[in-house]
Amino acid sequence: MDWMIILQQLVNGLTLGAIYGLIAVGYTMVYGIIGMINFAHGDIYMVSAYLTAICIAVFMSWWGWTFVPLILVLTLIVVILFTSLYGWVVERVAYRPLRGSQRLAPLISAIGMSLVLQNYVQISQSARTQGVPSLISGHPLRIGSEQNFVQITEMQILIVIVAFLSMAVLSYIIQATALGRACRATQQDRVMASILGINTDKIISIVFIIGAASAAVAGVLVTLNYGTFDFFIGFVTGIKAFTAAVLGGIGSLPGAMLGGLILGLAESLFSGFVNTDYKDVFAFALLVLVLIFRPSGLLGKPEVEKV
Amino acid sequence: MKKIALFCLVFAWLGLSFAGDIIKIGVAGPHTGAYAAFGEQLWRGSEQAANDINAKGGINGKKIELVKADDACEPKQAVSIANRLIDSDEVVAVIGHFCSSSTMPASEIYDDAGVLMITPGSTNPKITERGLVTILRTCGRDDQQGTVAADFLVKTLKAKRVAVLHDKDTYGQGLADAMKAHMNILGVKEVLYEGLTRGEKDFNALVTKLRSLNVDAVYFGGLHTEAGPLVRQMREQGLNVPFISGDGIVSEEFVLTAGGEQYVKNVYMTFGADPRNIKAGQQVVETFRRQGYEPEGYTLYSYATMQVVAEAMKQAKTTDGIKLAKWLKQHAVNTVMGVKSWDNKGDLNTSDYVIYQWHDNGQYSEL
Repeated sequence: MDWMIILQQLVNGLTLGAIYGLIAVGYTMVYGIIGMINFAHGDIYMVSAYLTAICIAVFMSWWGWTFVPLILVLTLIVVILFTSLYGWVVERVAYRPLRGSQRLAPLISAIGMSLVLQNYVQISQSARTQGVPSLISGHPLRIGSEQNFVQITEMQILIVIVAFLSMAVLSYIIQATALGRACRATQQDRVMASILGINTDKIISIVFIIGAASAAVAGVLVTLNYGTFDFFIGFVTGIKAFTAAVLGGIGSLPGAMLGGLILGLAESLFSGFVNTDYKDVFAFALLVLVLIFRPSGLLGKPEVEKV
Repeated sequence: MKKIALFCLVFAWLGLSFAGDIIKIGVAGPHTGAYAAFGEQLWRGSEQAANDINAKGGINGKKIELVKADDACEPKQAVSIANRLIDSDEVVAVIGHFCSSSTMPASEIYDDAGVLMITPGSTNPKITERGLVTILRTCGRDDQQGTVAADFLVKTLKAKRVAVLHDKDTYGQGLADAMKAHMNILGVKEVLYEGLTRGEKDFNALVTKLRSLNVDAVYFGGLHTEAGPLVRQMREQGLNVPFISGDGIVSEEFVLTAGGEQYVKNVYMTFGADPRNIKAGQQVVETFRRQGYEPEGYTLYSYATMQVVAEAMKQAKTTDGIKLAKWLKQHAVNTVMGVKSWDNKGDLNTSDYVIYQWHDNGQYSEL
C-alpha cells in the first residue's frame, strides 16, 4: 500500500468530513435544545448555496470587483446573514406556533418547511443545475514526486481552517458566554430556565440562527469548492450530515464535528481502497455498529431514565 | 330524474372530448429537476414541430395540442404520469420519456393501453427488446454507442489501462456495460469498474483511486450532473487523461457543472452525427436560432419525433397506437434529420454514432 495514496485519501476524507461536521452542527444544536430534528436544515444549506452564487454574481459581474479575498469575506458575511434569516423564519413559522403541542406535529411541519423551501427555490431560481466560476484555482500544494504525490488545494485548506475555526467559536459561545449559559440552561430544563428569567423563546430562535449560520458557512465552502448545485442538494447532504450528528452523539457539539470527520474519512477510505458502490452501505453499517454499542452516539450523554 | 341528468352530463362530456378538432399528444420527460436541461431540449423541439405542423394545417385538418408531463427522471413519477396521460389527458401518442430508467416502466403502460410512444432520447437496448408493440425510438442504442466508444478508446487513443465508471442508473450502467463488453472483445480489460452515487458532488476519493491505478483513460456512463464534478476533480488532482462519456453529457450545462471551460479539455463523447449539420433541417435550425435558442443535443431529435408521429397519423389515417406502430415499421419518414426507418423491434435501421470532442472554449465539435 502506498503511503502517498493513503495520505491523499485522508486529505479527501478530512475535507469532506469538515463539511459534514459543519452541517451536522445545525441538527445537533436544535436537537439539543428542543429535542427535535430539524428536517428543513438540509434545505437551509441548499438555500445558502444559491445565496453564495447570487453574491458572487453581484460582486463580480455587476460591481466588477476582482479582489478575491474581499469577495470571499463579504460573500461569507452576507450569506451568513441571509441564511440566518431563513433559519429564524423556519423556527418562527414551523416550530414556535406548535410549541407545547404533541411531539410529532413540529416534525411534520418541519418536513413541510423542507418541501416549501425546495419548491420555492425551484420556482424562483429554475430547476436547472447552477454553477459558479472557480475563484480560487491557484497551484495546489504538492508533496512528493511528479507521479506520486499528496496534494492539498487552497480551497481544501480553507475548508478545514474555516470549519475548525467556526467550531471553536461556537464552542466558546456555548461554554463561556452568558448566551451560552442561557442555551445550556434552556437545554436542561426549559420551564425552570424561563422561571429564572431566561427568555427561552428567544434562546431557541438564536439556536436556530446559529445552526443556519453554520450551514451557511458550509454552503459557501461547498459551492466554491465543487462549483455546482441544484435545488435538491439539501437532501443527500442533509442525510449525511444527520448521520454524522447521530454518530457523534446528537445534542453534542464536539460530537457533531467528530461524527462528520469519521463519516468523511470512512467514506473516503472505503471508496478509495475497497469499493465506491458500497461506500454508503459501509458508512451506515458503521453507524449501526456504533449505535448498538453506544446508543447515544460517540460523545452523547446517555439518556437518564426519569422515575 | 337525477339519474337521467347525470347520464346526459356524462354523455355531453364524452361528446366534447371526442368531437374536438384536436389531437392530444403527450410530451413526457424531465421538465423539472436536475436533468431539466434535457427536458428543455425535448419540449423546445416538440413544441416547435407541433407549431410548424399546425401552421401547415395540422394532421388531416386537426390541430395538435401538446400536453406537458413531468417525470423528473424518476421511474416512480414516470409511471404515475404515464397513467395520467392515458386516463385523464387521453393523449393518443407520447413523445418521450427521456431517461431510460423512466422510459422502461412507463413504456409498459403505453403498450398496454395501445398508445404510440416514441422516445427521442432513451438509448438503453432493453427498451425495444421486450416485445412491446407500440414503442419506438428515434435515437440509437447504447450497444451501438458503446461499440463506437470502445473502438475509439482502444484503436484511436490506444488506451491500455481504462477505468469504467457509471452512475448505477439504467442508462448509465447500461451504457458502461455495453462499452465494457466491446472493449473486452477488443482485448482490453478494465482496471476498475465502479459506480458512484447520483446527486453527490465529491468524487475526490474515487479520483485518487484512479490516480493510484495509473489509468490512461476514464469512461463514464452517466449524465453531466455527475460527469462535470468528476472531470473537474480529476483535473484538479492533476489527472489529465482522456475522459469519454456518452450522449448524457450533450448539453452546454456540462461546462457549467465542470466548473468552467478550462476543465473540459480532453473530454470526448459519443452522439449521433450532429443533426444541426443535416441539410434537411437547416431551415428549422435557423428558426431556433432566430428565437435565440441553440438547438443542441436532443432538440432536433424531438422535433423529428413529432414529425414522425404526425406523418404516421396523416398517412395511416388513425390514432390507434398499434396500427401507427405497424405503419412506421413498414414505411420510411422524412424528418429534419433526414429519412428515418424502423426495424420490427422499433429501433432505427441505421445508427450514426460518432465521437465528439469538447474544447477549452466550452464548445463541442465532431472529431
